[in-house]
Amino acid sequence: MTAVREGAAGQPAEGGAGAPHVRERAAGPLLLGVRHHGPGSARAVAAVLEAYEPRVVLIEGPPEGDAVAELARSEEMVPPVALLAHAVNEPGKAAFWPLAEFSPEWVALRWAVRRGVPVRFIDLPATHTLALSDADEPASGGGEEKPGGEGEETVPGGTDGGGAAGDADPASTHRKQGSGDGVRLDPLAALAEAAGYDDPERWWEDAVEHRGGGRGEGPVARPADPYEPFAALGEAMAELRAVHGEGGHERDLVREAHMRLRLREARKEFGDAATAVVCGAWHVPALTEATTVTADRQALKGLPRVKTEVTWVPWTHRRLARRSGYGAGIASPGWYGHLFAAPDRPVERWMTKVAGLLRAQDHSVSSAHLIEAVRLSETLAAMRGRPLAGLTETTDAIRAVLCEGSDVPLELIQDQLVVGDVLGEVPEGAPAVPLQRDLARQQRAVRLKPAAAERELDLDLRKETDAARSRLLHRLRLLGIGWGEPAGSRSGSTGTFRESWRLRWEPELSVRVAEAGIWGTTVHEAATAKARAQATEQGGGTLAEVTALAELCLLAHLPEALPVVMRVLADRAALESDVGHLAQALPALVRTLRYGDVRGTDAGALAEVAGGMAERVCVGLPPACAGLDNEGARGMRRHLDAAHQAVNLLARDDRDARDDKDDQAHRADRGDGDASGTGAEGPRPEPEGRPSGGLSSRWRGVLRTLAGRDRIPGLLRGRCARLLLDDGQLTDDEAERLMSLVLSPGTPPGEAAAWIEGFLAGGGMLLVHDERLLALVDRWLTEVPGEAFTDVLPLLRRTFAEYEAGVRRTLGELVRRGPVGDGDRGSGAGDGAPGFGAGLDRARADAVLETVRLLLGGARRDESEGVRV
Amino acid sequence: MTESHVADPAAESAAQPAPGTAAAAAPATALRPHAEDAFADELAALTEADDRPRPARWRLSPWAVATYLLGGELPGGKVITPKYVGPRRIIEVAVSTLATDRALLLLGVPGTAKTWVSEHLAAAVSGDSTLLVQGTAGTAEEAIRYGWNYAQLLAQGPSRAALVPSPVMRAMAEGMTARVEELTRIPADVQDTLITVLSEKTLPIPELGEEVQAVSGFNLIATANDRDRGVNELSSALRRRFNTVVLPLPETAEAEVEIVARRVGQLGKSLDLPPAPEGFDEIRRVVTVFRELREGVTDDGRTKLKSPSGTLSTAEAISVVTGGLALAAHFGDGVLRAGDVAAGILGAVVRDPSSDQVVWQEYLEAVVREREGWKDFYRACREVSA
Repeated sequence: MTAVREGAAGQPAEGGAGAPHVRERAAGPLLLGVRHHGPGSARAVAAVLEAYEPRVVLIEGPPEGDAVAELARSEEMVPPVALLAHAVNEPGKAAFWPLAEFSPEWVALRWAVRRGVPVRFIDLPATHTLALSDADEPASGGGEEKPGGEGEETVPGGTDGGGAAGDADPASTHRKQGSGDGVRLDPLAALAEAAGYDDPERWWEDAVEHRGGGRGEGPVARPADPYEPFAALGEAMAELRAVHGEGGHERDLVREAHMRLRLREARKEFGDAATAVVCGAWHVPALTEATTVTADRQALKGLPRVKTEVTWVPWTHRRLARRSGYGAGIASPGWYGHLFAAPDRPVERWMTKVAGLLRAQDHSVSSAHLIEAVRLSETLAAMRGRPLAGLTETTDAIRAVLCEGSDVPLELIQDQLVVGDVLGEVPEGAPAVPLQRDLARQQRAVRLKPAAAERELDLDLRKETDAARSRLLHRLRLLGIGWGEPAGSRSGSTGTFRESWRLRWEPELSVRVAEAGIWGTTVHEAATAKARAQATEQGGGTLAEVTALAELCLLAHLPEALPVVMRVLADRAALESDVGHLAQALPALVRTLRYGDVRGTDAGALAEVAGGMAERVCVGLPPACAGLDNEGARGMRRHLDAAHQAVNLLARDDRDARDDKDDQAHRADRGDGDASGTGAEGPRPEPEGRPSGGLSSRWRGVLRTLAGRDRIPGLLRGRCARLLLDDGQLTDDEAERLMSLVLSPGTPPGEAAAWIEGFLAGGGMLLVHDERLLALVDRWLTEVPGEAFTDVLPLLRRTFAEYEAGVRRTLGELVRRGPVGDGDRGSGAGDGAPGFGAGLDRARADAVLETVRLLLGGARRDESEGVRV
Repeated sequence: MTESHVADPAAESAAQPAPGTAAAAAPATALRPHAEDAFADELAALTEADDRPRPARWRLSPWAVATYLLGGELPGGKVITPKYVGPRRIIEVAVSTLATDRALLLLGVPGTAKTWVSEHLAAAVSGDSTLLVQGTAGTAEEAIRYGWNYAQLLAQGPSRAALVPSPVMRAMAEGMTARVEELTRIPADVQDTLITVLSEKTLPIPELGEEVQAVSGFNLIATANDRDRGVNELSSALRRRFNTVVLPLPETAEAEVEIVARRVGQLGKSLDLPPAPEGFDEIRRVVTVFRELREGVTDDGRTKLKSPSGTLSTAEAISVVTGGLALAAHFGDGVLRAGDVAAGILGAVVRDPSSDQVVWQEYLEAVVREREGWKDFYRACREVSA
């Protein structure tokens, strides 16, 4: 290593004097320094190749790729694609070299294979880069077992070796500074600064991408010698490297040594003039450096190796745009693609595309708009001193002219056009992707063979193997590989530790696996990446969908994806204005929490989100309950029950456990103030000074508010009262008071009946045991006026029909026996049941008989039994 | 960076002539000199240094206009103070729009320096910022087209001499920049008068059988409050004649705190309120609450929030703090405390009693309650919202 570095420092690149090839190109190989993924570079490369027709093309990339280069000839290969190198034994260790339609490397590759010109990749072999990545990041271990999941750790090129096509190239280096590369020198930035630009990206666009062809008239109208710009660029880079040395890119020296060796071979074989090299502009000076073969060999000696394989995988524009992981860090692949593809007038054509998109979204855009937008972008470019309007100018113009200053439609444009939805394709013959290998390994490991015949599988999650199987199946489902579908459990067991699956391996699933290869090289990693993307990319869908995704993440054991999903979930919950949705999502979350326990997952984040969601339900519920019609009230009652259960479950596990006791004592009624500020009626406990209280106490406060407020439908008030009573939060006296309040003559009978339905639904034992309540209901019922009675009847019938036969019968008996005594409302008085008088007035009892028969409803048998007199 | 704040509502609503050089050039009596007078020396220096091509009848090149607004240093060492602190892109788009002879519409919530920017643009482009039509619900067609001097009209019949040109008409005739303030407050039928002006660049005078044709150099800058949308929505025909630039709220909390503190200081003086130096923390808190609710996310970017229906502009933050100061001065101990601003904040946030109430409660419970050192504020807020 040291030897090389000295060589580089001691012999600055041979700038002008020692570089005869600059003018007289016949004297040396064609050195085409490019910006990776630069459309201008791509055009220029195409022009040079057309003009000089070299007999061999060398491309910056892993030499292992030579074997699969031929596939690029196929029509079925559609960029964006990526050259993927992975370690055979550890599919998780992989590096990608993405190529888009507008990448100079792709242009060169296609040109060469279509003409039968040999293609050679000349970068450091992946066998070394993959191995070196271990040395670079000893902490990250390797293989699919580590929790790294996506990107950075698994890709050796995350910081250097070539993860993105760029690695050490000028164009992408400065973009990568964010991912921990800040110390490196950004050669492009240095050049841009010299030219008086603050943004190196724009400088490159102005100086290189937009030059020459003028208003994009294509390669044909280039200056006489298409090689000239490359020569100039090479000189500039040479200057830069003379000043900055290797610029902190230490690995580059090794890579460049390898490039030189391969270049020498090619020159020997095909002659100088017939050799073309396409590589990052930064490397150009190094290729002309006068080092000796021995020195270069020396530099490559002793590099670690790992067995690797190379294949092509389809890529997407979105992944090109991603800044971390496998992304190439191109912010605007769609724009670049457009620049490359547009035969002329790129700005006008771009505006037309934008107009098409906006029109499809029902924005009215006229041709006059487009004319003005083009004019404005050109004026802006002129004012900013740029030769041609770039993406910034067009975006500014579109915002001002087409979008009326709003950023909302712009986001659509950004998403659909600037980035774009392009998906690449790879021909059938491409070698297997590592994901397939990994899947095969996993299938072996959990002893599940893919078979075309359908079979059922019952899993006991307490067993290690079964848990692993379940995880694998869930992950595959997440990846859209529907090998197993969850089935209803055959054993009928509802325990959370059981799972049933229906397995069936369809041949097309192999295709799915290949498609899923885009997400990563191991099942775990790919599922994690997919889950993250799903959560973030389309805003995650509805709240319920995100909740489901979170559940899936836990089931599939993807702890790395969980934080992202949780983040999105929390955001969605925050913006959700429908309490119903929140209340619906909450139980699923809480269930997931419980589930997580079974599987030994840490669900701390989940608990936090669930807690936050419960808070929001607490705040939002009272206003949401007001002014509902019958139908709405019934729906809300279900939400109320669900939320109640969920909150209780949450609170049970919670830190609140202790608080609860205090709260019971205090009877904190915080919800009252929370909800409306007007909770005038209803119990008013002493004011609470503490700024924080447990979740369950807050929830009870909400219930109390609801129970005591007039505007809330009777059904809900009754339900709240019941929930409080069941939790021991409402004394019997209090409950009786509430009931008598509702059942007093001032309340419309329909409302009262609804209250009774809410209060008594789901279990009649209450009435059996508290005869005072029964007496209240009884008394009220006798007082319902005749004309209202028919309205009330269905409600009551619905309430009582739900009870078990035994309960109904007991009730009937109680009613038959009649009240113990009107005057005595205390319990246990006299010889009758508490709350009832001693005597029985048969005549009166007979009178209500019909009513009771109707009330108790249900089967005839019950009636005859229950109300036998 | 001394006197340049521009997102400062003070600047918009008048009070303070900006920087130093002003007084000399302006007549001593003017409470607030016009931009072209206040910054005459800067404009002169720019004219001298400006060697770039200028559109017809422009006093400066587009580049120089942008420099005038955004500030900078000229080759001679003359420093141009920034008139607008904010994204460069916005000014560049605005100036380019004027150069393409399309009309410019500045949108923004109250207190984002729309009027200020429009005045300075007109001053830099045409050297005259006084061709102004103030839009109100009562703005009549005469204000945009022309009126009549009725004495003359009766005495001599319709003639050019009896005609009273509007600022827009004068700008057309002289190739200047006209300004229309609060365009969306103007009734829709009156707004549409502008369509002919902007598309045909002509103003017919049927009474005389004549017309006034716009001379090159004519353009129009309109401002509109984008929270007022729907009051008098621009017709799509008119909208199409404008390029729209939205002026954003102050980008950082620091800038906003600074603006609020300055303006509160000025207001306090005029209301004879005692200065409240300890109140700075409270101002910061008010600004934080406003920003967080406005943007729908907490400062640390960790919690999403619902946004209330109100604007929560910087101008409202100023009035909350001023109100709090008055409370503290007259009924408290003179120190601005959480309790003094709580009611004001509640009033600013809860505009719609049903939906905003939920937003506010959620904010209180989810953010304020948990926040370190905000206990007093939480308590005060609960007190006023109970």
